[in-house]
Formats: sequence, C-alpha cells, structure tokens
Amino acid sequence: MNSAILVFPGINRERDMARALTLITGHAPAMVWHAETELPPGTDLVVLPGGFSYGDYLRCGAIAARAPVMDAVHRFAEGGGLVLGVCNGFQILCEAGLLPGVLMRNAGLKFICRDVHLRVERSDTPFTRGYNAGQVIRVPVAHGEGNFVADDDTVRRLEGEGRVLYRYCSATGEVADDHNINGAAASIAGIVNARGNVLGMMPHPENHVEAVMGPTDGRGLFAGLVDHLGRAA
Amino acid sequence: MSTTLRNEPAITPELVAAHGLKPDEYQRILDLIGREPSFTELGIFSAMWNEHCSYKSSRIHLRGLPTKAPWVIQGPGENAGVIDIGDGQAVVFKMESHNHPSFIEPYQGAATGVGGILRDVFTMGARPIACLNALSFGAPEHPKTRHLVSGVVAGVGGYGNSFGVPTVGGQVRFHSRYDGNILVNAMAVGLADADKIFYAAASGVDMPIVYLGSKTGRDGIHGATMASAEFDDDSDEKRPTVQVGDPFAEKLLLEACLEIMAKGCVVAIQDMGAAGLTCSAVEMGAKGDLGVDLDLDAVPTRERGMSAYEMMLSESQERMLMVLKPEKEQEAEAIFRKWGLDFAIVGRTTPSKRFVVRHGGDVMADLPIKELGDEAPVYHRPHVASPALPVLHARDIKAPMPVADALEKLIGSPELCSRRWVWEQYDHVIGGNTVQRPGGDAAVVRIEDGPKALALTVDVTPRYCEADPFEGGKQAVAEAWRNITAVGGKPLAVTDNLNFGNPERPEIMGQFVGCLRGISDACVALDFPIVSGNVSLYNETNGRGILPTPSIGGVGLIDDFTQAATLAFKAENEAILLIGETQGWLGQSVYLRDLCGREEGAPPPVDLAAERRHGDAVRGMIRGGVVSAVHDLSDGGLAVALAEMAMAGTIGAVLDAAPAEIVPHAWWFGEDQGRYLVTVPDAHLLGVLTKLKAVEVPVRQIGKTGGDALAIAGERPVAVAELKARFESWLPDYMAGKG
Repeated sequence: MNSAILVFPGINRERDMARALTLITGHAPAMVWHAETELPPGTDLVVLPGGFSYGDYLRCGAIAARAPVMDAVHRFAEGGGLVLGVCNGFQILCEAGLLPGVLMRNAGLKFICRDVHLRVERSDTPFTRGYNAGQVIRVPVAHGEGNFVADDDTVRRLEGEGRVLYRYCSATGEVADDHNINGAAASIAGIVNARGNVLGMMPHPENHVEAVMGPTDGRGLFAGLVDHLGRAA
Repeated sequence: MSTTLRNEPAITPELVAAHGLKPDEYQRILDLIGREPSFTELGIFSAMWNEHCSYKSSRIHLRGLPTKAPWVIQGPGENAGVIDIGDGQAVVFKMESHNHPSFIEPYQGAATGVGGILRDVFTMGARPIACLNALSFGAPEHPKTRHLVSGVVAGVGGYGNSFGVPTVGGQVRFHSRYDGNILVNAMAVGLADADKIFYAAASGVDMPIVYLGSKTGRDGIHGATMASAEFDDDSDEKRPTVQVGDPFAEKLLLEACLEIMAKGCVVAIQDMGAAGLTCSAVEMGAKGDLGVDLDLDAVPTRERGMSAYEMMLSESQERMLMVLKPEKEQEAEAIFRKWGLDFAIVGRTTPSKRFVVRHGGDVMADLPIKELGDEAPVYHRPHVASPALPVLHARDIKAPMPVADALEKLIGSPELCSRRWVWEQYDHVIGGNTVQRPGGDAAVVRIEDGPKALALTVDVTPRYCEADPFEGGKQAVAEAWRNITAVGGKPLAVTDNLNFGNPERPEIMGQFVGCLRGISDACVALDFPIVSGNVSLYNETNGRGILPTPSIGGVGLIDDFTQAATLAFKAENEAILLIGETQGWLGQSVYLRDLCGREEGAPPPVDLAAERRHGDAVRGMIRGGVVSAVHDLSDGGLAVALAEMAMAGTIGAVLDAAPAEIVPHAWWFGEDQGRYLVTVPDAHLLGVLTKLKAVEVPVRQIGKTGGDALAIAGERPVAVAELKARFESWLPDYMAGKG
C-alpha cells in the first residue's frame, strides 16, 4: 500500500502518522509538501495528518484547504482514491468541501487530550473493515476544535446514508451526552463522504498502534485499509 | 574611541533610573566607555546588566555548583545543558521562568515562556521531545487565582500543542505567598546527535550574521528589565512589555533550523530571547572573541519607523541569529524561504571586539563587546541565615480527626488533589512516545523507537525551603532523584530554576544561599550534576516575597522502557512494603498545615547517604522485575501515597495499624524523606526482604493489596471509589466556581 502524507506548514503529527503507516503497511509513506501540485504516482491512500496548519489562525484548516496540493487531492478523491483526514486533517477536508459540516470549538471551550471510546458504527467500509460493527475502541483525542456541527438536514442525511463511522461513547458503547467530549452533533467523531472514500475523524488512531506502548485499538483502521486495497488489487 | 553619537533624548538621572540602573551602575558605564552613553547604548546596558540577564546577585553563588560528570557534554553557560545518553545520542534540556509576564498577561506570558525554552533547546540542534512545567499560584480564594490558572494553563497548552511537543509532567501548587507573584517555570527536553551540538560562539572574521525567523516589532521592549523589578499595585500597566507568542512561526523556525543544521550550513547560532537582538549578538561575538557590526536597516521589522533603541530591545518572539558558512548561504536562504521565514544578513563579525550598531547612516552604539557581559556588576549581597525552627514532636500535635477522615480531606484538598484538569489541556501523547503520562512519579518518554526512554520530573517543596533553606534545597533535589528512581530510571542530571524574592534583602539572599548549599550538597551526594538553569529574583509584590522556590528539573535514563515501574497496584494479595525509615515527621507537613492550620516546625531532614542507598535498592528491584508497583512518598506521607496507588490501580488494600511506638496520625501522614512503597508478589517476597536486609535498607511489610477500600486496622475503611471522586473533583469544581 502506497500512502502519501500531506505536509502543510504547522502540521505536527505527520511523524506519528508515518510511524503508524510504516509499522502496519510495511512501507514508509511519501511525505508530500503542500506546494506540490501532483501526488506521487501510484498513491493508494492520501493522509492529511493532525496539527495546526498555518497556526489555525483563520478558521482551522481554512488556509490549508486552499494549498496548491489540494487540487490534486480533489482529483484523487473524485477518481475514487482513499483519503483519510485526522484531526486538523478532518478540519481541512471540511474546509475543502470534501466533507460536509465544520469543526467548532469544543463545547467546554478547552483543549482536550485524553483517551476516549469510539463506537464503530459499521464494518463494511474501507476505513472500518478492521473492526466489527458495534465494536468499542479506545484511542486518544487532542484537539481544541472538534465539535462537529452541520445543519439538521445534513446530519439526518449522514445518519440515513450510514456515513457516520465513528461515534463517541462509553467504555461499553453507550452514546450519551456524558461521553460526547466536545459537544459534536450526534456524538460524531468520524464521517465519510457520499461515495465512501473520504474519511475525516477527530481522534488519533495513529497514536495507539504499538503493543509495547499500551493500547493498540488504532491498528484496525490501518489494517483494514491494507486489507481493502489488497482485495481491490 | 571618541565617537560622538547622536543622543536623544538626553541622558538624565531619571532616565537612568527608569532603565533599572542604579547610580553606581551608571558610573560604572561612564568609567567603562569614557563618555556619556547614547540613548541606544543606555538601553543596551540596561538589557545586559539587569538581574535577569547578568545574574549579578547570584553569579558568585552559582559558581560553586556541581556541574560535571563523565556524561555531561555541556554544562551551564550555553542555551541549554547537554548530556550523553549513549549510542551517539544526547539529551538537551533546560528550565526557565516566565513569572512576571505570566502574572501581567497569563496566556501570552505562559505561552512565550514555553516558546522561549523550546527555542533554547532547538538552538542547540535538538528536536524537542517533551515539555514539563512547574506552576505556583496564589491561594484558591484569592480573587485573581482562577483567572491566572485558567490563562496560564491555556497558554502553556496553546503554545506546546500547536508547536507539537508533548507536555508530560510538572507541578501545580497554591499558596497565598504567590498571590501577587505567580511562578511559571517551563522546561523543555530535546534529543540530538551527540556529535552535532550547536553553540553560540561565532568564529571567523567578516562572517555574515544572519537574522532568521519572525519580524521585529515593538513588543516586549524592556521585558527583561521588567522581569528584574518588584511588583506593586500598578503592575497591570506593564502589560505592553509582555511579548506575544506565535507557535506556528516557532514550528516553522524549528523545522527550518534543523534542516539547515543537517545540511551543515551553521557555524554558530543563538536564539533571541530576553533582551532580543542585543543579548544574542553580544553573546555570539563575546563568546567567539570577536566584534559584531550590526546594520539595523537590514532587520526585518513588523512596523515602520522603529528606532535603533526599539529594535535592540524588542523581545519579539521566534527569532534567531546565526553565523552561516559563506558557501552555504544560498542553500540556507532557500530553506528558510521554503518555510516562509524571514532571512536577512544584518551584520558581520569583526576583529575589533566592539559592538557597533548602525541605523539610517548613523552609528547608534559603539561599545566594547566583552565588557558588556563580563563587566556587568557582580554583587556580594549581604545574607543572613533563616532562623532554625524547632523540631516538633508528633506527641505534641493533637489529631484533629480520625485517620480515615483526614485521608478523605487531604486527597480532595487543593494541595494533593488530581491535576487532571490541567494536564488534559496539554497534548501529552503527540509523538507517540509517551510511555507514562502525567500523574505518575515521573513521566517516561521513549527515545525514538526505544528501548531507551527518559524519566522526567520537576520538583520542589517550597514550604520546606522557607522553613529551612538548606534542608529544603536538599529535599528538592532528592525528590527529583527519587521520582526518577521510582519509575526505574538512573538519574543523570538537573536543570534548576531558582525563584526567590528581592535579593537586596539579606533574609531573602539568605534563603537563596541556603537553598543553593542544599542543592549543591544533594547533587554531589547523588551524582546528579546541574547542567543548566535560570535565576528569577525580585519575585515580590508590595514588599512580600514568594516562598523560596528552587524548582529542580530532573532527567534520568531507562535502558528498557518496557521495564519501567508505575505506581498503580497491579493485583490483589500482593505484599505492600514500606522502604525507608519512618519517625512520623509532622513538622511542615501538609497534614499539619491543612488540617491543623499550623505552618510550623523544622521540615523533615534528608539523609543523602540513606537516600542513595534506598533508591539504588529500589531501582535494582525494578530492574530485577521483582516489584509490581513503586511509588515515592512525599506530600501527605504514607496514607496519601497508598491512596494514590489504590486509585491508579482501582484496587484497595488491607493495612496494619500504626506501630505502637509512633502516634497514628504521624505514621500515616508524616513526611519523612527517603521512602518508597513497593508491592511484591508472593513469589518474590522472601528474596526481596533478604536482599534489602543485606544492603541495610529498612523495610517493613505494612499490609496487602486487595478489596475495594483502604482498610486500616481499627479505622473506618475508605472506599477507593470515594477517594477517587474526591481526588478528581476539587480542581474542576474550583475552576467551575462550584463550592
């Protein structure tokens, strides 16, 4: 699996993502500078990692969404290529119009870094096939603006079309306000586009992939992608 | 030299005083340069000779500190200390205060404190891999405290999170003596190749001096001078002297600097911290025995019409000064342009050993460069030792409540409750190397792909330092050493951040001298040299000093992080052993202060030989894999340490009553030093006890793990869930304004 990590100025989890991808796919990803206009040939997966692109000084992700490399990402996604945006990457994908909605400031108005539980809503997508539907996984979040907001119609459509893949929940899988760490609409932690090839999520699966470090629940997402691409080939 | 420099405004005694220079200091300037200084020169002297930059009150006392060991690559005097951790790797670290700015403007003050210390570390060629901090706030009931806690924590997080370094540990305390003068001490730790460390000393004549990073603005002018003065009721008016941080620019600066260092472009590098362009240019020249000729017309500025004076004294953040290899200049410039950063040649090195500043065709300053630093006044300030306080006897202290009630109260008190509300606002997992997150004895951060890891901690107990500076200084170092040991690390070196009141008062100077003696003795006895540090004096408001607070940042090495110990109880029915001697020392304990309302008595003494013996034994047991949980005993004593282990593991314990010879509340809450708690599975118990006896380490089995409460014989059992609820609720409730 050939992955490409986009590097915007101010991105800071690109090394974490590269380590996770290398560990699980067996191949070091290409690091693609934001000023490039093409993705490396043969790219299977484009990853927009976490961080504070351009300092998040406008709206989060708004400037990165207009970086030169994003035209290539639009073309790649339109061609059915897999795109994964994590944290700031999710914010960039929303600002780029590749995903609906927007990430607002956390309801508690504070940055939150802690492990959270996510319920995997379905397992029949490239981004979740490493898990079982209904499975609860534990991964960290680290964000100040992860409160997913969209108008009611959009949220209804996301739900109706099964496009909510990850949702904040309790350790046993209950979805309730108590577990909705940032106030996101419908406790949404991760969604896909209509075609199902672009995922944006706030939590960081790339930080929970090594057994020696503790939990490994993040592995499933990457392992599922490898599996999906292996079958497609 | 008989240069005539343009001078406006005219130099008056009032102007000299406004620059924080005393009349005799001004006379020293006149003697040194043989003429009246220009306005710009006066500003330069004020920047170089203030307490913050010159260490004029502390310097003679710092000279005696132990700074050497075979593994020390660079001790104090550079941007940060450097130690060798084997395999060609080096750890670069330092702690620095940003107290005054954080009191005036908490968010930006704390943020730029973090930014400054990160810059110190990557200036030396290291990629920052962890941050820690030590925060001291006023009493919870003081009207400003909530605002300051909220702003400082947001500022520390705001900068570190965006920059992309995990903030993994630290201290938070509340005490009324910090009401008008909070402390924000930030520590950064970086990793470098041992043979690729970069220094400030310029070399070679007529080498281009390059300015890199953000533009220069009017922010932070006289920041270092402000930081060297006491506060009064009008301190809020000093807000314009606080700098504004831009972590995005710093992240770009980091990546660009590491890239040009890797390409071999850099001869010398110095970040612009306190006193900005002045201090960095003088240091590069003075350390390299060279003069520096600066052309301010080339300095990238944020606004028009800045004077030489303003440019020389600006403390705009995220700026660097470098000497580049001339043949690599273009390559370096291309890298900086790629990262969107300013790059300008602003001067040259000269053989003259003079510091010349030109602006708009005029020479604005022409000063002897060595003397600017070396001839700064050095004061032998008078000092008096703090009066010795009596040793309190536990039998004379009446227990105000049963042990179980006391434990519940203490675990939910401002001093001892969970700091989760704070550290959850810091990204402590970025990098994917945080093995032990905040909340343990020391943070553990893996080095790249392991198996090595660093154990990191910041410690000091200011109430001990106030009561007995010498013992308090020893204790701060011993506590850091103990915390590193408790996770299985070998303590390697220290950075110190010495926060005190007004050194012109002999009793404050006495605290300073006493603490330093204690620190020095402990560092020698524990083989724990000091490799970097910072002194912050004049921490006073309206004549009331802070508690003496010499924060000690410790770094230790763990050979294999998978063998690191944690404090959580792991299983039921394991023996709980108390290691070390317990007399039941209640003087200056949290129990005495917070439950009996008495801040009294001598603090617990530290027996450094015993400290070392006990610690070495504990570390040996961790490496031998015979202990399942380890925790050091500190604030709150035995009962609080047991509660912390129980809460972390969600397992209770069944505990024997206090031994007959010690009054129960002194046994459970005394703060005797040099102690640890360990749990041992049955299979190893006999071996452990035999081994400890052989090395003459006192040990006593005090109970067994198990159940869902701390059940002390003869006392009401305290449910672990109840403890946890109290432990976790105080800080969030307080910040939300509840109760």
